Amino acid sequence: MSGDLRDLYQEVVLEHSRRPRNFRAMEDATASAQGFNPLCGDQITLYVKMKEGVVKEVSFVGQGCAISKASASLLTGAVKEKTAEEALQLFGKVHLLVTEGPSKVSPEEVGKLAVLSGVSEFPARVKCASLAWHTLKAALEGQSNVSTE
Amino acid sequence: MSAANGMAARLAAARADFPILRQEIRGKPLVYLDSAATTQKPRQVIEAITRYYELENANVHRGVHALSERATASYEGARAKVRRFLNAADDREIVFVRGTTEAINLVAQTFGRSRFQAGDSVVISAMEHHSNIVPWQMICGERGAQLKIAPIDERGDLKMDELEKLLTPEVKLVSVVHVSNALGTVNPIRKIVDLAHARGIPVLVDGAQAVSHLPVDVRELGCDFYAISAHKMFGPTGIGALYGRTELMESLPPYQGGGDMILSVTFEKTIYNRLPYRFEAGTPDIAGAVGFGAAVDYIESIGREAIAAHEHGLLEYATAALEAVPELKLIGKARERASVLSFVMRGGEIHPHDIGTVLDQEGIAIRTGHHCAQPLMQVYGVAATARASLALYNTRGDVDRLVAGLGKVLEVLG
Repeated sequence: MSGDLRDLYQEVVLEHSRRPRNFRAMEDATASAQGFNPLCGDQITLYVKMKEGVVKEVSFVGQGCAISKASASLLTGAVKEKTAEEALQLFGKVHLLVTEGPSKVSPEEVGKLAVLSGVSEFPARVKCASLAWHTLKAALEGQSNVSTE
Repeated sequence: MSAANGMAARLAAARADFPILRQEIRGKPLVYLDSAATTQKPRQVIEAITRYYELENANVHRGVHALSERATASYEGARAKVRRFLNAADDREIVFVRGTTEAINLVAQTFGRSRFQAGDSVVISAMEHHSNIVPWQMICGERGAQLKIAPIDERGDLKMDELEKLLTPEVKLVSVVHVSNALGTVNPIRKIVDLAHARGIPVLVDGAQAVSHLPVDVRELGCDFYAISAHKMFGPTGIGALYGRTELMESLPPYQGGGDMILSVTFEKTIYNRLPYRFEAGTPDIAGAVGFGAAVDYIESIGREAIAAHEHGLLEYATAALEAVPELKLIGKARERASVLSFVMRGGEIHPHDIGTVLDQEGIAIRTGHHCAQPLMQVYGVAATARASLALYNTRGDVDRLVAGLGKVLEVLG
């Protein structure tokens, strides 16, 4: 396997894509949004439960490639106990990570999400990695749906 | 050498006509299996466009000067080539448009807008490309008409008896694809036309995916409209043609207004030009038309029967090869198929997008996604498929590389 491919499909990424965390609908969500990636037909619905301005729980359902599923799965853990503003700041860093690569973002800033850094070698896949994050942003900002196009 | 052998030799040499195929992608010789999205262009087409710009460029139907005459002759010459290619009766039946999508929109906006009434309906099939769904949804919504969908069976064949049941007196048009871009199904157009015409219903055929693979004769098919794109038959992007039967086209209102589509204009009244110019407002894609004509010449220099035979053999070879790949399932196994192999792996668990990325690393280009046929994907209960599509320049070697690449997919994502 080429190095780039190994970086993209790291074991953690594949593991999250096969067994995504918090992969379910949420009855008592305080916000939700639908995200579409028209390029490949990926679609997710992301649910957020906020309490006193803090993200308490995130879950999602939908379909997507390994990258988009893993990114969504990792997201559900990463934004817990963050304020909306902090969550969106993290989105900014993840976006930088998947577009520019690990040289622009230190591993401490993104924690487990660092496994997505391989995406930066695959420009066509940036949309896959960022779909869940765009959807989170839409949910936090009160929009009902969002597209990566 | 017999004529058949000559044809076969010409076809075997054809790959060398495509400069783009000579390159390496990610250090490996390119294997291009995405011709259903767009075909590559032979140097004969590229050179025709260059020659036009270097020697003939001027606006058409306007100047009295030599270049304008040359440009007009080339543009109209291309129309005549397309007319012969489709075996239409008259050059006036060939309208140049941007592509199949615009051709269908033209019919929706002229035929649909002037003929559809509240309570009418349009029949399409479940395997249509978005370009043969959305224009009808738009005009049906505007006119209060209904869109009815003829279903397909599991193999990807149209259910002809169900289609026939849909052909009630309210139906004003049947619009179906000739060859499905997502399944490769070749629809029995002649039979569909017979069923529709017996009830006085005109038929539009989306031929985008058919013309580079099968001989197409619009008079033999009997259809009323036939829409094609040059870029799916080795020509340039941005140009295509709508064939429309003269009597029908004569009865339609204009589409877009502007120059070239008029005979005379005053602020009080405009007299529209005759066919086909009435539907060609503005300066057309002249160089595109020249390239389109060169693409027709190219296909005819090889022979459509020879191309169809080559692709048929290759499709059978590829079908058998893919069926032998573990955990791979072909989607669409219609009785008659052309050029397309759509598949999922491990029941769709390995997402087509990931398959596409791994293959790309091997220098192999395929299409992944919904192929602009989301309703069809729903019929099969998948969000997306991986699609390898063949053209005259593909070889068994390309198929073997694909199979090896799919082994890699299982290795990386298995």
